[in-house]
Amino acid sequence: MAVTDVYNDYLRLEDDQIILSFKGDFTAELLTSFLHILEGKMEDFGTETKKKRRVFNVLTESFQNLYHHIEDLEKEGELQKIKKSALVIVKYEEGKFSVLTGNYIDIDSVDELKDKLTMVNKLNPEELRALYRVRLETNPLSTKGTAGLGLIDIARKSKSKLDYEFINVDTTSSFFCLNVIIE
Amino acid sequence: MEKFNIVGSAKTPTINFDGETGILEFIGRSIPENSVEFFTPLIDWLEEYESHPKEETVVDMKLEYFNTSSSKCILDFFKRLEKINGNDTQVKVNWYFEKDDEDMAEAGEDYEAIVSLPFKIIEVDEIY
Repeated sequence: MAVTDVYNDYLRLEDDQIILSFKGDFTAELLTSFLHILEGKMEDFGTETKKKRRVFNVLTESFQNLYHHIEDLEKEGELQKIKKSALVIVKYEEGKFSVLTGNYIDIDSVDELKDKLTMVNKLNPEELRALYRVRLETNPLSTKGTAGLGLIDIARKSKSKLDYEFINVDTTSSFFCLNVIIE
Repeated sequence: MEKFNIVGSAKTPTINFDGETGILEFIGRSIPENSVEFFTPLIDWLEEYESHPKEETVVDMKLEYFNTSSSKCILDFFKRLEKINGNDTQVKVNWYFEKDDEDMAEAGEDYEAIVSLPFKIIEVDEIY
């Protein structure tokens, strides 16, 4: 990367209305920093409280999904260093927020995740709420403290269909891109 | 019974449990990565409280937002309280939400639907 690329990068972030962008290893403390940065920005934008909390909610669930996912892979010891890092981008355009995430996942878990996303996208708000209630009541909490409710909650709070893509990078892994819009 | 207090942090709520008044209060946000760690001492306190509960126990939930990991622990908390909600001792839940925050109001209704405790869902100008 040449030093002049800094300007191009700046312009790209500016053009894409990116208000937060991070690529690297995920630590638990990172979320607090993200929320803190966003809190300040949303104050400047004059974002209404309800929307502010929806953005926080979506960011928190997306972040913690990634965090636990990476933690899992680490335990299984099958992850190369590069595949531990992930990407988070938050965009803001005319009152609309987008929370984008990108991370490596095991190629064997693509189908399962795709099924979950397809299922969630098929449901209307009432159906999502009903599913959330059933899962809340019946799903046991894992030892990591996950409840299997993350995607349902993200869909509920964003009030929009989840936009996603899987890019196969090699024979063992796929890069999972998720775009969640909060209107 | 001893009071149980935790000062809130960026990811965890303020907890004020008072065994003398029977008021159990949650204030703030609850978004820890693993909420089990945070909720375990709360459940432990509750276990002790259950052996000599007040005639009326009031839960004041003043949450700004919470993650799905916490949602499960909050349910377990309510489920425990069901045991002391009977003829001799009662439990009431006040679920607060900020004006226009329909998500938090809905969350209260979700719990009301699956927990056998009387819920009051209360709109306020500011949650705390």
